[in-house]
Amino acid sequence: MLALLIPGLLFTPLALAVLCLLVNFRIGRLFSWVGIIVQVLVALGLWATVADQGGLYYDLGGWAAPLGIELRVDGLAVTFVLLTAVVASAAALHAGAYLDPRKGYQSYFWPLLWFLWAGLNGVWLAGDLFNLYVGLELISLAAVGLVALGGEAPALRAALRYLYAALLGSLGYLLAVALVYGSYGTLSLSGIAELAADHPPAPLILVLAALGLALKTALFPLHFWLPAAHGIAKSPVSALLSALVVKASFYIMARLWLEMGEQAGSIWLAQGLGALGAAGVVVGSWQAFRQSRLKMVVAYSSVAQIGYLFLLFPLSWGVATTTAELAQQGITLHLISHALAKAAMFLAAGNLILAVGNPQVSALAGVSRFLPFSLFSFGLAAVSLMGLPPSGGFVAKWLLLQASLAAGQWWWIGVLLLGSLLSALYVFRIFRASFLETGSDDPFYHPPRSLEVIPMALAVMAIGLGFVANLPLTVMALPVGGGVP
Amino acid sequence: MSFASALPLLTLMTSLVAALVIFMLPEQRQGLRTLLNLTAAVVKLGLVAIMVAGVFRGEDYSISYTLLPGVEFILRADALSVMFAGLSAVLWLFTTIYAVGYLEGAPNRSRFFGFFSLCVASTMGIALAGNLFTFLLFYEMLTLSTYPLVVHRGTRKAVRAGNSYLAYTLTGGVVLLLGVAWLHTLFGDLPFAATGHFQQVDPALHGTLALIFLILITGLAVKSAIFPLHGWLPTAMVAPAPVSALLHAVAVVKAGAFGIVRVVYDIYGIEFAYALGVLEPLGWLAAFTILYGSVRALSQTDLKRRLAFSTVSQVSYIVLGVTLFGPIGTIGGLVHLLHQGVMKITLFFCAGNYAETLGVHRIDELDGAGRRMPLTSIAFTLGAFGMMGAPPLAGFVTKWMLGSGALASGMLWVIPVLVASTLLNAAYFLPILYRLWFATPKGWSQERRWGRLETHSWLLWPPLLTAALTVLLGILASAPFSPLSWAELVAAREYLP
Repeated sequence: MLALLIPGLLFTPLALAVLCLLVNFRIGRLFSWVGIIVQVLVALGLWATVADQGGLYYDLGGWAAPLGIELRVDGLAVTFVLLTAVVASAAALHAGAYLDPRKGYQSYFWPLLWFLWAGLNGVWLAGDLFNLYVGLELISLAAVGLVALGGEAPALRAALRYLYAALLGSLGYLLAVALVYGSYGTLSLSGIAELAADHPPAPLILVLAALGLALKTALFPLHFWLPAAHGIAKSPVSALLSALVVKASFYIMARLWLEMGEQAGSIWLAQGLGALGAAGVVVGSWQAFRQSRLKMVVAYSSVAQIGYLFLLFPLSWGVATTTAELAQQGITLHLISHALAKAAMFLAAGNLILAVGNPQVSALAGVSRFLPFSLFSFGLAAVSLMGLPPSGGFVAKWLLLQASLAAGQWWWIGVLLLGSLLSALYVFRIFRASFLETGSDDPFYHPPRSLEVIPMALAVMAIGLGFVANLPLTVMALPVGGGVP
Repeated sequence: MSFASALPLLTLMTSLVAALVIFMLPEQRQGLRTLLNLTAAVVKLGLVAIMVAGVFRGEDYSISYTLLPGVEFILRADALSVMFAGLSAVLWLFTTIYAVGYLEGAPNRSRFFGFFSLCVASTMGIALAGNLFTFLLFYEMLTLSTYPLVVHRGTRKAVRAGNSYLAYTLTGGVVLLLGVAWLHTLFGDLPFAATGHFQQVDPALHGTLALIFLILITGLAVKSAIFPLHGWLPTAMVAPAPVSALLHAVAVVKAGAFGIVRVVYDIYGIEFAYALGVLEPLGWLAAFTILYGSVRALSQTDLKRRLAFSTVSQVSYIVLGVTLFGPIGTIGGLVHLLHQGVMKITLFFCAGNYAETLGVHRIDELDGAGRRMPLTSIAFTLGAFGMMGAPPLAGFVTKWMLGSGALASGMLWVIPVLVASTLLNAAYFLPILYRLWFATPKGWSQERRWGRLETHSWLLWPPLLTAALTVLLGILASAPFSPLSWAELVAAREYLP
């Protein structure tokens, strides 16, 4: 069963990427619909298999570890594979209706999407540092291409800046990988974890990896490239970037930390990363509040939300095991809720801008009366983003609060609570503008229903996650080789 | 899952499903929407009535769901929860009727009634929540679902009021979240239980518990508009009249007051809270708020703003009753939770009628309105006398119980507060009544007529019925199932473990 499913996750996207490169937008769309069905089914099948039987190592093509590629198929990996399938499918379906097939260059959307998808699946499943690097590079290059998709000058500028940042980040990570190989002679995550228990890695390795990956994750103050890239890209692309792409580099960071952090990390590194994350929450939220364009608000909100992810480090270092587990649960749940909510928000924002014909927040007056559906999707996503109940975001915040209280690190409580209020500040600015009445004439274009239901579906998932959070949390805790008792 | 244990969930779902269907209905399907609204309100009333009868017989309706290991979502009907649920269900029916009449022909009704139903669902959730965590969920949901109602008119003023409402309530919600999370870390899941949880707690934790009490009450005090956290309430007056009725009588301020009742009685336990020494300061604050609200009400020229400051003052009666150590004080506080709701909703319905029928918003424009709108004005008069505490109306029962409770618990300083507040109530209500009945009419700015009746019939019946209720609750105070008897039942269960 697995032999069928896992290669499907990596090779179908690559094959589709090549296929779509050869055809025009409409045919590419047709291929992609088939691909989406395959991906969703495979991801679901894999998730159910692992949930049922526990995680395992899988040798790609039957070649064992040092020579071949070893994939680590544990609960965390398959949950992220499933998340990718959901969010990327939604973004792709939205793009199929949103992008204009008459513009020739739009046809590059499909191949780039599938390269990105392959890269993401590769990162989630990779069992060694080198394949993580390959996946990461594939993601970065595809993402840069997607940002540049429009071909307008500002998009190209943002894409170029993004490219430099991404390459620099990769370089840092690659150096760290080389140093690891030099000192341990292996790149396999499990191998390193074993060796690191006796010989902690040099601090330089950690700093290089942390810097490189933090740059790619847009941790404050290394976030300078993100708002422009995410704010200018086409809405379905912004959704992919904010929901999934920045999470990939964070995922690598978290994996490395959990494998060897206990030996390698120090209180300074842990608290320092947490402090930068906290600063990102505050600065990102405030910047989001200051933006005049709707999508820039949503983009800066990503800077803020990414900040929370970095609370993983202080809350899982040097604390009781149960506390560290709470922190991990909170962070992974936050990551998933944010992915769903932010994708919903970008797609809804895209619909609103399309309907209003103006990217400014101030142009939204009257929207609540005439475009309630899109605004409602935006609102539901915002509930999860602010961490208000009932939503996945709230449960994540609850878990993080519990972790901070249990760890006795009360300063993070302030960040979590203040962060909620700051996010309300920028979110309700949008509603304020939308609730203003303009008169009884409807001046808006009404986007087709197919565009409107997609963000709604994602937002409902972000809310629904608040009720069923226990299920993904249980599955994500499944290690390699351990089944459900 | 039997029918009985599903009752709390069904009660909640009635409004939730109604909300979803109403959101889906096109704007112009007003007949169907009204039918749905009223059906949901009546069905809910029926379900709550079944639970009231069941709880009286000693049955316990409860349903729970494990959200996360150690975190339960519990809906449970005990004596206290059906008390609040009953109030909400009754007044909601009236408010729905009133709102349908009030918004006839206005835009955005689909949105309004959708969030209106969400608001009921949240209030029902608050009433039926079986632990602090569940309470918190619905408390926040209430904030979110009332925001679109407050800014409903879509004017700049309404939107500003919405800002102030959010700034207060979201901050309050965050503070409450901190308190709930902290308690959870220390003690795990705490279901609401008569007489509380902390009698055997390690004395070393007393300081922490007092601090958490302060945090929880601060979070709840925002919605219950206790000084100095009451600022949003008068500002939110720009909302349509049915929304004000809802904010003041049923949902928002009551959610705060109800939360304080729950924390004091069912988490800390009244005896432990008293021993901890946290009740007395809260009582002082409530007493101050009672006087402060009344004094501010005196100088208001806008009718709804005067009523708003009156609410600030009246809700603190509930809190004051809660802090009086002894069953009689408890009864006084709890019974006021219901009585204040019935009386205040009458007053807001009437204020809305004056505004809709005569275009009157300021008190000095009310001259002679009693002759033009006698029925509305009779209802207003009954509500106002009830608020002042004139026998035999509902408000008298409250004040009598509060006074007796203060004497019984030896907190004699409460008596002068009650007397002063009654005088102040008279001072700001009597001039209105004088204008209504004895001043000569000056003519109305925007008069509208509806056939033979003085106003739209859907606007007229709700205040008349609630005014009648004000009288009945006073006269029949000792009948079975009256608020007073029910409050006695609750008090008996809280004090006798």
